[in-house]
Amino acid sequence: MQTPTSSTYLAAELRLPTNWLDYTILGIYFLVVLGIGFAARRSVKTSLDFFLSGRSLPAWVTGLAFVAANLGATEILGMAANSAQYGVYTTHWYWIGAIPAMVFLGLVMMPFYYGSKVRSVPEFLLLRFDKASHLLSSALFAVAAILIAGVNLYALAIVVEALLGWPEWVAIVVAGFFVLAYITLGGLSSAIYNEVLQFFVILAGLIPITVLGLKKVGGWDGLSDSLSKSHGSDFMTAWGGTGIGSENPLGANWLTIVLGLGFVLSFGYWTTNFAEVQRALSAKNLSAAQRTPLIAAFPKIFIVFVVMIPGLVAAVLVPKIGTPGSDLQYNDAIPYLMQQLLPNGVLGIAVTGLLAAFMAGMAANISSFNTVFTTDIWQKYVVKDREDGYYVRFGRLITVIGVLASIGTAFLASSFSNIMSYLQTLFSFFNVPMFVVFIIGMFWKRASMKSGFWGLIAGTTAAMVNYFVIYKQGIIDIPSDQGANFVSAIAGFVAGAVVMVAVSLFTAPKPATELQGLVYGTTSPGMAEPPAKGDDAWYRKPALLGWGAVVLAAACYIPFSF
Amino acid sequence: MSDSYSDKNLQDEVSELETKSVTAARLFDIRRIIGGLFVIYGVIVTIAGFAASDDEIDKAQGVNINLWTGVGMLVLGIFFLVWLKLRPTAPPVPPLEEGGGEE
Repeated sequence: MQTPTSSTYLAAELRLPTNWLDYTILGIYFLVVLGIGFAARRSVKTSLDFFLSGRSLPAWVTGLAFVAANLGATEILGMAANSAQYGVYTTHWYWIGAIPAMVFLGLVMMPFYYGSKVRSVPEFLLLRFDKASHLLSSALFAVAAILIAGVNLYALAIVVEALLGWPEWVAIVVAGFFVLAYITLGGLSSAIYNEVLQFFVILAGLIPITVLGLKKVGGWDGLSDSLSKSHGSDFMTAWGGTGIGSENPLGANWLTIVLGLGFVLSFGYWTTNFAEVQRALSAKNLSAAQRTPLIAAFPKIFIVFVVMIPGLVAAVLVPKIGTPGSDLQYNDAIPYLMQQLLPNGVLGIAVTGLLAAFMAGMAANISSFNTVFTTDIWQKYVVKDREDGYYVRFGRLITVIGVLASIGTAFLASSFSNIMSYLQTLFSFFNVPMFVVFIIGMFWKRASMKSGFWGLIAGTTAAMVNYFVIYKQGIIDIPSDQGANFVSAIAGFVAGAVVMVAVSLFTAPKPATELQGLVYGTTSPGMAEPPAKGDDAWYRKPALLGWGAVVLAAACYIPFSF
Repeated sequence: MSDSYSDKNLQDEVSELETKSVTAARLFDIRRIIGGLFVIYGVIVTIAGFAASDDEIDKAQGVNINLWTGVGMLVLGIFFLVWLKLRPTAPPVPPLEEGGGEE
C-alpha cells in the first residue's frame, strides 16, 4: 500500500559504523542478484516466459514474491515512521487495509484474471470493456510505474548517502544498473526470484532490530507504559479515540478507516495494482494463482510487528522524534536503531536487506511496466502481428529505456521533491476508480462497454476534486492528509459507481458471448480444469486459507482493542 | 476493426505461447539459491558471533545477536536445502488437457 509519509530526509548523523564484514555481506548479495539474472536467462524463450514466467511458478514462490513486491524499503521505513507518529493505528494498514482485499483477490477475482488468460490488469479491461478504458489505464499505469520506480531510487539514494556515505548519484546509478541487468536478462522470473530472496534477507535484518529494541525499552510492557504516559493511552490501541467526532492524531474515525482504508483504498490497491497481480498471473495453474495472495496474507499479518515495534521504540528513545526540535525525522526510526543496536555482521545483513528492499520495490515496478508497455501498448496499438521473438527483444529494450527513465526521474526528484509527492498522490487516486470498474464489470453483466472508461474518468476526477479542492482549500475541515485520503477514496468510489450505472443504462451492453469467463456466473474453458495432483490437499484449499487469514487478522486486533 | 475486442484471439495466443514456454523446463529451483545464500551468511555471522567483543555485546543490550542471528540463518538455509533434497523439482508435465488448439 502506498506509504503514508512521502519525504525521506535522513539526518546526517545516522552514518553507520560499517566495516569490511558488512561490505562482504553486501557484496555477496549483489553477486547472487546478478547470478540469478544470468541463470534465469536460459529460461526465456517466448514473450510469455519473459513477461509472465511462462505461467509456471509454484504458489509459495509467487506468494512470497507478492508480499515482497509490496515490502519495498519505502514501505518499511514509511510504516515505521507511521508507528512513531500515530502508534498502534499502524496495524490498520495491515489487518484491515490489506488482508480482506488480498483474500478477496484470491477467492473472488483470481478465477477471472487467471482463467481469462489475460497477461495484465489493463488487458482484462480490454476484454470486458473497450479500447478506450484499456488505453487509458495502460498509459496511466506505465507512467505511474516509472514515476514510482524513480521515487524509490531517489529514496534509496538519500538513505544510502546518510547511512553509508555514498554520493547520491553513485547509489542511483549502481542500484539502477543491477535492476536493469537482472530484469533484462531473466525477465519476470529473475524479478520474482530476487523478491523471494529479499523477503528472507529483510526479515533477517528486521527481527534482530525488533528484539533488541524491545529489550532496550524493557519489553512490551515497558514500551507500552512509557508511550501511554507520554502519548496518551490511545496511542497503544488500534481503535481508541476513533469514535466519530472524537479527536485522534490520525484524523480519521472508525467509519472512514473501515470504508476508506479497509474497503476502497486497500481493495483498489491490492486487487488492481498490476505490480502485485502480475505475481499471481505467473503461477502455474488456477489453484496456485488463487493461493498466491492467500499465502502472502499470512506473512503480511505479522510483518506489521517488525516495522511497528522499531517505530514505537524509536518514539520512546527519541521523545522529540519528528518535531522541529529534533534532528531525527520519523523516517529515521529504523536506521537510528540499526546504528544504536546492531554490531557489525548483523548490521551488514540489515543494510543488505534495506538495499535489497529498495531494489525489489523498483524492480516490481519495472517488471510490470515492461509488460504493460509491450503487450498492452506496443503490441496492440503500434506494431501489431509481429513474430513472438520480436516482442521479447522489444521487452528487453523497453526495460532498458524504463530503467533509464526512472534514473532520470530520480534525478528530477532530487531537485523537485514536492512535485514528485504531489504526482504520487495524483496517481494514487487512479487505483480507486479502477476497483469500481472491475467490481461492477465482474458482477453486473449489463455494465456496458463504454461505462468502463467513463467510470474511470468520473471516479478519478471526484477523488481529485475532493482532495485538492474541498480538502486543500479548507471547504471541509479534515484534520490530516491521511484522513482526507480516506474520504477522497470513498468519494471517488461512489462517483465512479454512479457514473458507470448511468452510462450503462444509456449505452449498448457487451454481447453475452464475449463475456464468457469475465463476469460472475460465467466460465471460460481454462477455469474448468480440474485441480492438479496434490492441489486437493486440505491445506491447499483456497477457501480455507482465505478465511483462515481473515480470522487470524481479526484475532490479532483483540489484544489491541481494549 | 470494431471497438470491441474478441477474447478468443487473445486466449488462443496465450495458450499457444504456453505450449512453447520453456520456463518450467529450464528455470532453476530458487530453494537452491536461498539455501546456499543463507548457509553462507549463517556461517559468516555465526563466526562473527563467536569472535564478538564485549563492546559489541554491550551495544546489543547484552545479547550476542550475531550468534543468534547467524544460527537462525544457518537453520533456515539448511531447511531449504533439505526441502530441495527431499522434494526435488517435479519434471514438467506436458499440458494434455489444455482447452483445444494444441498438437
